[in-house]
Amino acid sequence: MEFRVEDAIHWFTVVNDKIQENKENLTTLDQVIGDSDHGINMARGFQEVVNKLSTQEYEEVADVLNHVAMTLISKVGGASGPLFGTAFLKFSQAVKGINPVDYDSFTKGLEEALQGVKQRGKAKLGEKTMIDVWSPVVDVFQSEKGFEDNLFIEVAREAMENTKHIMATKGRAAYFKEKSIGHIDPGSASTYMIFEALAEVIKGRK
Amino acid sequence: MKKIINDPNIVVQDMLKGMVAANPATIKQLPDTTVIVRSDAPTINKVGLVSGGGSGHEPAHAGYVGKGMLDAAVAGEVFTSPTPDQVLEAIKAVDGGSGVFLVIKNYTGDVLNFEMAAELAEAEGIKVEHVIVNDDVAVEDSSFTTGRRGIAGTIFVHKIAGAKAEQGATLDEVKSVAEKVVANVRSMGMALTPCTVPAAGKPSFNLKENEMEIGIGIHGESGIERKEISTADEIASELVTKILDDGVHVRGDDVAIMINGLGATPEMELNIVNSKVNEILNEKGIHVYKTFIGEYMTALEMAGCSVTLLKLDDELKTLLNLSSEAPAFRV
Ligand SMILES: Nc1ncnc2c1ncn2[C@@H]1O[C@H](COP(=O)(O)OP(=O)(O)O)[C@@H](O)[C@H]1O
Ligand SMILES: [Mg+2]
Repeated sequence: MEFRVEDAIHWFTVVNDKIQENKENLTTLDQVIGDSDHGINMARGFQEVVNKLSTQEYEEVADVLNHVAMTLISKVGGASGPLFGTAFLKFSQAVKGINPVDYDSFTKGLEEALQGVKQRGKAKLGEKTMIDVWSPVVDVFQSEKGFEDNLFIEVAREAMENTKHIMATKGRAAYFKEKSIGHIDPGSASTYMIFEALAEVIKGRK
Repeated sequence: MKKIINDPNIVVQDMLKGMVAANPATIKQLPDTTVIVRSDAPTINKVGLVSGGGSGHEPAHAGYVGKGMLDAAVAGEVFTSPTPDQVLEAIKAVDGGSGVFLVIKNYTGDVLNFEMAAELAEAEGIKVEHVIVNDDVAVEDSSFTTGRRGIAGTIFVHKIAGAKAEQGATLDEVKSVAEKVVANVRSMGMALTPCTVPAAGKPSFNLKENEMEIGIGIHGESGIERKEISTADEIASELVTKILDDGVHVRGDDVAIMINGLGATPEMELNIVNSKVNEILNEKGIHVYKTFIGEYMTALEMAGCSVTLLKLDDELKTLLNLSSEAPAFRV
């Protein structure tokens, strides 16, 4: 795998398409176990990411990731803004100076991103947060030797679906206690879209 | 949705403009931000006080900016916490060399965004401390979960920490008095009707004509119980009982109370609630030192109220009584 600046730009363009398309869906998920703003927050953030992506020049993948991180941090708000922002900031730092990004470095970047989310949000696996998708995705990267798009999408989707069965103990959904069971975590749904977009971009390029 | 707005996407900017227009001598908006600061900020050698959160809780928090209370308030989108860059601008604008103190309500979004801002400010050489307000007894007090929400009790933190800072206290002294307030303040709310976030266009939950929700959060978060509406006396007693069950306020204590309207509840009803709250506290031998009735921490046009009890010692009484020029809390 060789992941270049154009791939990174393509990645976030597709992410934005998916988020805009699913803005209502994400907000509806957040309506059930949150405060109905997740789709609005994500749509505002990624629209801004894409607006700027087309107007700037990037030397390496890390620069694109840094730009994505800073934009999300300043535009999304809520819990998801600092969390996704921290994820891409750590990812960016991990792959700095590596261009194009190879499979192992990409894996390292995702590991660091996950660590960042965990540290910032003080949550762990199984609390019905985006970590429940980030974590299994990082596991697949670690256990494979190269990018397997079908396996990867399958794992991410299943992880998202699985958040249904978890009782939330972190984030706003925690106030719903047992009532949070039976519903997909909104942040896990948007995390899934980010990785689905990644798989499509890498696959389309093969 | 029926609202007096121009465009759901610019309600926060439009509101801030109106607030500044109403108080041009005392507050100003930092250009290109959603930050309201005292017009004379920063106050040299005074600890700067910053609070904020999602919009839709007016007069919280910009209404509490003024001498004796906050130095700055950061407004997020409606019900969405503000971003770190905005909070950072507020911190920089009010740092008078003695450090900046952040009052944060306990919501994951608020905590994360304010913490990031504090890290950025510290990287720029500004000393920052914070307190996290978690007064809502409707949520279980637990360190394994998100824990209790911050609601109307936050206003007492603004007032008392603000008065302390105005006296020239150090950052650590402001922090310790703020922590004292947090340890002694408890609240709980209830709602009769939901509210509609302008950008969402429809209510975030529904309550039947004859239903109420006890323990609801100020963004409509799930409460303790949804049931048939009862009398003001029963509602007041349910809220106060749950607060007293927490064990902070006991016989012989002096307390300040706040009966807070959530946006669509007439003062008449708040006073009816207050009457029962007083009666119960009297029976329990808890002395009401000071009462605040009105809209302090709202939830858009939600109908309902919250009750807050703050246990007072001599220091807290003195600070509570010191003058405040904040438009929404004049003493
Ligand atoms: N402590 C946490 N750690 C990791 N992810 C979290 C945490 N708290 C919340 N989240 C994620 O954030 C999502 C909610 O985001 P959003 O609705 O934008 O913010 P808010 O909850 O502040 O309204 C949740 O669905 C969850 O995936
Ligand atoms: Mg939300």
